[in-house]
Amino acid sequence: MNETVINGLYIVSAIFFVFGLKMLGKAEQARKGNLISAIGMLIAIVTALISQSVLEWQWIAVGMIAGSIVGALAARLVAMTAMPEMVALFNGFGGAASLLVGWSEYHRYTVTNTYMEANVLSLLIIILTIVIGGATFTGSIVAWGKLSEKIPSKAIQYPGQQFVNVLIAASLIGAAMLFGPLRESLNVDSYILVIVTIVIACILGITFVIPIGGGDMPVVISLLNSFSGMAACAAGFVISNNVLIVAGALVGSSGIILTNIMCKSMNRKLTNVLFSGFGATKASTGGGFQGEAKPVSVEDAYLMLEAASNVLVVPGYGMAVAQAQHAIQELAAQLEENGAEVNFAVHPVAGRMPGHMNVLLAEANVPYEQLKEMEDVNPTIENVDIVIVIGANDVVNPAARTDETSPIYGMPIIDVDKARTVIVMKRSMNPGFAGIDNPLFFNDNTRMLFGDAKKSTQGLVAEFKG
Amino acid sequence: MGMMLVFVLILASFLGFELISKVPAQLHTPLMSGSNAISGITVVGAILSLSGAFVIEGEVMTIILGTLSVFFATINVVGGYMVTDRMLSMFNTGKKGDQS
Repeated sequence: MNETVINGLYIVSAIFFVFGLKMLGKAEQARKGNLISAIGMLIAIVTALISQSVLEWQWIAVGMIAGSIVGALAARLVAMTAMPEMVALFNGFGGAASLLVGWSEYHRYTVTNTYMEANVLSLLIIILTIVIGGATFTGSIVAWGKLSEKIPSKAIQYPGQQFVNVLIAASLIGAAMLFGPLRESLNVDSYILVIVTIVIACILGITFVIPIGGGDMPVVISLLNSFSGMAACAAGFVISNNVLIVAGALVGSSGIILTNIMCKSMNRKLTNVLFSGFGATKASTGGGFQGEAKPVSVEDAYLMLEAASNVLVVPGYGMAVAQAQHAIQELAAQLEENGAEVNFAVHPVAGRMPGHMNVLLAEANVPYEQLKEMEDVNPTIENVDIVIVIGANDVVNPAARTDETSPIYGMPIIDVDKARTVIVMKRSMNPGFAGIDNPLFFNDNTRMLFGDAKKSTQGLVAEFKG
Repeated sequence: MGMMLVFVLILASFLGFELISKVPAQLHTPLMSGSNAISGITVVGAILSLSGAFVIEGEVMTIILGTLSVFFATINVVGGYMVTDRMLSMFNTGKKGDQS
């Protein structure tokens, strides 16, 4: 087909991506934006299908039908609470696809016997695609494992970590050199080099994510998202295709922006997140706090809430685990009926991916106007009668303000300890996801409502109804 | 041709930075999964690896690699867009009343 028409269609699809992404960032237009971006994708796919005389159409059909079924089922069936691991997994598949495109391009050189004549830059880009794609793939799988708790979510560190990383980097550079510029002087079997590179790239993904603790997962997810864009971009260079480069670069750079936003809301530097193994280095703070936690029964908590006129709910990942979002919405409705003002304060990194809590509360039909951001609630938090902390821990830990030795010192938090009373719903006194003690639990104005957050909340709702 | 592609890359990256700089926190998750779906654009590369000038007809390894990459990329695309739409539809139900 005519090349100009093909390229024109690719440009149209790129424009759809740009507008789609732009609209995804605005609350009222987001759904339409997603649709527009999907139309852009459809245009790109159809263009690719008609652009060449397709030889293996039956295999393309097999791949697309199978992929659509798996993708659609996964998207329909996943629970909203499991969204972070779902996104991580999709991300990994994108990386795997890029790796395979790079590999397949190399394979074409070997079957057509053109490897030795190929341009060095093209070969290096193939290696780059394989490395980014492979690392994105295994890195996302590890992130998925950590998020779904199939592997321990805490930071895993091992001796000689830095050495291993240097070794991996050196061997990747070495393989790339042997594969590209040095291929004639040192006649190493290129297929072995490619396989070795794939294996090392996959190891790189694992060693990259495994030392990062669960509390830093929002950062890692956005970073991996960015990588999958870069992988697509690199694959675009491999096959000299504009639309892959544009779409990949859009995702790559927007992912970096999101990563940066996440780092800022945790007051950490990206390098610090990636290389310091958050949560692995502190066993010292245990038992350092004076005082005793004051437990409260559901009945007493009900009496406190009944008298309150201004209630603030601070959700965290524990709410997702307990699937308590519908119960807490019901409680909020009861409180409002009782004449209280109810708001939800969502910390930017509450949950395990950015914006996770907002999705869950939206699922439970909590009105958009009740969802407040951290900066909006903190200035007036002294006027709040009761704060209900449900499954949140680190994002309300006052040690971030006061204790310079705390690993989260300097992270902006929701200052719930400044409210008149705090009710903390928690399963036990165990420290949170990041493994840090929380002095909030020992404050004079804090009451601990132990037990499953969903059951406790339902108990409170029952008290209001009865 | 090569330089042209680098040019495209740089402009598109800056565009990406500009597009996302101010996004309200509650949209972070859908934005991420929506942009994740866009990264499934690799499906175009995967399709091309099984097409025209790129393919040697009937070569088994080419078919395996190509089919697998079409499969993975399609999961990324279809799953990514659908899950984003599902999330965003929830954001809207608050205004239109209950329909759980």
